[in-house]
Formats: sequence, C-alpha cells, structure tokens
Amino acid sequence: MKLEVSIGAQLGDFALDAQFAAEGGVTALFGRSGSGKTSVLNAIAGLLRPSRGRIALDGEPLYDAQARVDLPAHRRRVGYVFQEGRLLPHLSVRQNLLYGRRFAGRSGEGELERLVSLLGLGALLERRPQDLSGGEKQRVAIGRALLAEPRLLLMDEPLAALDAPRKSEILYYVERLRDELGVPIVYVSHALDEVVRLADTLVVMSEGRVLESGAVGETMSRMELRPFLGRFEGGAVIEARVAEHDLEMGLARLEFAGGTLYAPDVDALVGERLRVRIRARDVSLALAPPESISMLNVLAGKVAALGEPSGASVDVQLDVAGTALIARVTRKSAAALRLAPGLPVYALIKSVAIDRHSVGWA
Amino acid sequence: MPLTPAELEILGLSFKVALASALASLPLALGLAFLLARFEFPGKMLLDGLVHLPLVLPPVVIGYLLLVALGRNAPLGAFLADHLGVVFAFRWTGAALASALMGLPLAVRAMRQAVESVDRRLEAAAATLGAPPLAVFASVTLPLVMPGVLNGMLLAFARSLGEFGATITFVSNIPGETQTLPLAIYSLTQVPGGDAPAMRLCVLAILLSLAALIVSELLLRRARRRAQGA
Repeated sequence: MKLEVSIGAQLGDFALDAQFAAEGGVTALFGRSGSGKTSVLNAIAGLLRPSRGRIALDGEPLYDAQARVDLPAHRRRVGYVFQEGRLLPHLSVRQNLLYGRRFAGRSGEGELERLVSLLGLGALLERRPQDLSGGEKQRVAIGRALLAEPRLLLMDEPLAALDAPRKSEILYYVERLRDELGVPIVYVSHALDEVVRLADTLVVMSEGRVLESGAVGETMSRMELRPFLGRFEGGAVIEARVAEHDLEMGLARLEFAGGTLYAPDVDALVGERLRVRIRARDVSLALAPPESISMLNVLAGKVAALGEPSGASVDVQLDVAGTALIARVTRKSAAALRLAPGLPVYALIKSVAIDRHSVGWA
Repeated sequence: MPLTPAELEILGLSFKVALASALASLPLALGLAFLLARFEFPGKMLLDGLVHLPLVLPPVVIGYLLLVALGRNAPLGAFLADHLGVVFAFRWTGAALASALMGLPLAVRAMRQAVESVDRRLEAAAATLGAPPLAVFASVTLPLVMPGVLNGMLLAFARSLGEFGATITFVSNIPGETQTLPLAIYSLTQVPGGDAPAMRLCVLAILLSLAALIVSELLLRRARRRAQGA
C-alpha cells in the first residue's frame, strides 16, 4: 500500500495544506484538535473535496484536481471508523456489520465469523446499536468498515469518547488488525501514547499544515518538534527487542542498538520487538558512570545538539550508539557540566518511568 | 350502542375519503418535505408560504377555488373529465382532493421535521461502506424518516376526518357520496329532532380524533427513542 496525499483546501477561515506519503502499517496523523487531521481523513474518504492537489492510493488517483478526477466516496473502497461510531440506528449489529457486503459484491458468512471472533462481537449480533456501550459500538464500527473490504482503513480518534479501560480494549483490537489482517490504517489521534503504541509512520499536523512526517522514531526525536508535542510528553522513541524477563523482580531486559534497557511490567514475549517512548524529563545526564545509585539504566553516548533553552530547562539531544535520545536538564546543570556537542555523557533513565503507556509493539 | 346502517355508511365514507387523501398527498408531501429541508433555491420562502396557506386561509376559499378550477364547466375540469375520465366535482374523489389540500401543510411539516432530523453523517458513513447515493436514500434516509412520514400521513388523515368548509363548498353535501362525518353532523343540526343522532356522531368524531392523535404521539415517541443513542 502506498498512500500519497498532497492537498489544499479553504474551509471557511481555515486553510488546509497537507502533504505526506505513507506505506503500509499504521500511519498516525497527530496534532491538537483543530489542526486539520479530520479534514485530511475526510478528503481521503471522499467526504470533503479539496480545492487543489492529489490523493492517490497505490498510484491510482482518488482525487486529482489537474486530471479532474474525483472518485465519489462509495467507489473509493476506503473504510472509515468515525469518532462517534455512526452505526445505523435502525439496523441490528449483524445488519450493520453486513451493510457494506452487498456493495462490495460479496456475501458469505465466513468473513463475518472471522471478524466477529477477532473483535469479540459474538454476543452482540442481534442487539441494536442504542443498546451497546461506547467500546462495543466502536468494535462494531471497526468490523463494519472491514467487512466492506477496504483497501485502506481510516480511524478518526476512535478512542476519544471512551474511558481508560475501554481505550486499552480497543487499542488491543486495533493492534490485532494491524498484525493479523495487515490492513493499512491511517489513525488520527491527539494522544501520544496511542501513537507510540500503534504507529509506524507519524505525520504531525498543526494549523492545517504538516510539520513533520516520517518513521515514528525519527520523527519524534527531531528537536524542533518537541515544543509542539508538549513540555510534559516530549521525548524519543526507541525500538528494542525483549531479551529476557526477570519474573522475580518483574523486570524485562530490552536490547536496542544503543545498549540495554530495563523496564517494568512489559507484557510481551521474549524475542518480540517493542517501541519504547522515553520522555525527555525522565532522562538525567552524568559525565562519569555513577556508582551506588538506584537507576538501572545507564547508557553511554554523546551530546548531539543543544536545544533552545525554555525557562529554567534546556533539551539536550543525545546520540547513544546511533539511537537518538533526549534529556531535559536545567540550564544550571548544563552550564555546570559544560554540555556541548560532542561531549561524552551517560544518560540515566529510571526504569519505573517507563510505564505501560510508554510501550507498544513495533 | 350498535351503529345504525346510516352511521356505518357515513363512517365508511369518511374513512375512505381520509385514507385516499392521506395516500394521495404522500408523494407530494414527501417531495416537498425533502425540497424544503435539503435544498436552497430562489423562491423557497414563497413555496413554503404556499404550502402553509391552507392552514390559515378560510377553507371555503380553497373549496371555491377548486370548484372554479375543477367544476364540470371549468376548462381544467372538463379536460380531465373528457380525456382522462377523472371527475372531482360532487364526487367523493373531490372530497378526498379537498381534504388532501387542507391536510398538506400538516403532512409536509411533520415530514420535513423528520428529514431535517436525519443525521447526515450517517449517510456519509453509508457512502464510505460503498453504498451509492440511491442505495443510501433507500437503506438509510428513508427508514430514518419513516416514523415522520407515518406521523404526517396520520395527521393528514385526522385532518381529513374533520374537514368541512372546503369539502362542502367544492363537492356539496350528498349523502352516500360526499357526506362525511362533519357534514352529516351539520345536516342533522339543521333538521328538527336531529340533536340525539348528531350527538352520537359527535362522540364518534371525538373518539376517532383522539385515537389518531394518540397513535401519532406513540409513533413520535418511538422515533425519538430510536434516534437516541445511535
């Protein structure tokens, strides 16, 4: 799957001007509300007509202003899971699930059964949408979109209306879609933990424009991006492999290019590849390897760049054997340690700072 | 208190006229409802006003205009009679036409409200599932406006049961042909000794109207329940 988006549109006072490309897996459109994420999804689905540009799926144009191509929504075969579910209220769950089948020219219960078991919908089939909980509605909406056999699945903040337990429930199912069905997904979110857990490609949007796009790890570590991600949440993402579980201590040993990382409560098997987000504020720096300290993770690297100071703190980009990390330290410490590009340092990371929300499957 | 054959005939005719008028006005009312709810065009206010006119105009005006337009000697009436074999003047079909016109604003209002309350995002969702526009209309829009359509027809039906002025002016008061319930009551009040039979018919009229309104309210409630939490 290759999705190319390069569109412009004027929506009232709001100017949309978005360019990005994505290949397979999960592409996250990330940004604050009002940044134009949903408008991009609507344009891909054919529910919003841009005024210029081109949208192509595997080289086939869905919209091309110059060539005067504008495929109507029903002929795009692009599935859409809306924030509010949008199940048809006059139909049962089963009828909702099968709605797109007749237009896809398919019938047969085989595919239905597979998705019903994948999404855990067995007990809901004869129910009405108004009798479902929020999480159940979203699962049905996902199943309905997939049964229409889309080439691409769009998901618009499918977790926004749900409480925390329901969120992790749906996230689990979305991961299964990605891993078991191999459906390419464009996933809109303003929650960084969802993005880290799911996405391969990250597209960061602000005020109708794409600020950055690319592989999730690289994009997140780019310095200029972090003020936008928020002071609290900014950081780097590293890809690691589960090497060993210390069941007695409840710790997992993760190996990555830059060394070893201990993380608690990792819910993955040995050998599985994970994506771990390390927030800049959880990383400390030292000039020599410290002794007798509680921090388990001590990584040797060097300073790659210093960011713009902000208040009392400054962000330091590190190069740990090729892997990018970011540390947020006070300006006072930066001056005391004489931090400068090229200086060898040790990055210290508390294991307990890496929680369940920071870890996702790669 | 069994009904007499005369009363049964009056009742049967009233039902026939009301049913015919509700059914006949359905396509026009639904079309107008969609037009007014979904489209912007020049003259929309004027059309809206015209549709509502029977609600405020004296019914006798409607009846008289119908008589002028569709009487046997009127050009249009003669044309319809000669070429299509359709005669409205002094026939029950004329009574149905008159009450259809009088009930049209009620039907259009109920249906328009139903069309406006359809969540268009559901139609968009259906399109992303591969449904072409006509299929979206048939499988999403129409089922969702159905309670409103039924309600509109019921209101038109009930309005027709009570129609008097336009009917008596257009098709007169002919027992067995155009003498519906209100017209029969009127006739009875004009003759000595008609009070008791008139009162019986009044009770019938009250029961019928009440039943229609209750069914209409039940339909509305069901529609509202459906629309919630979807």
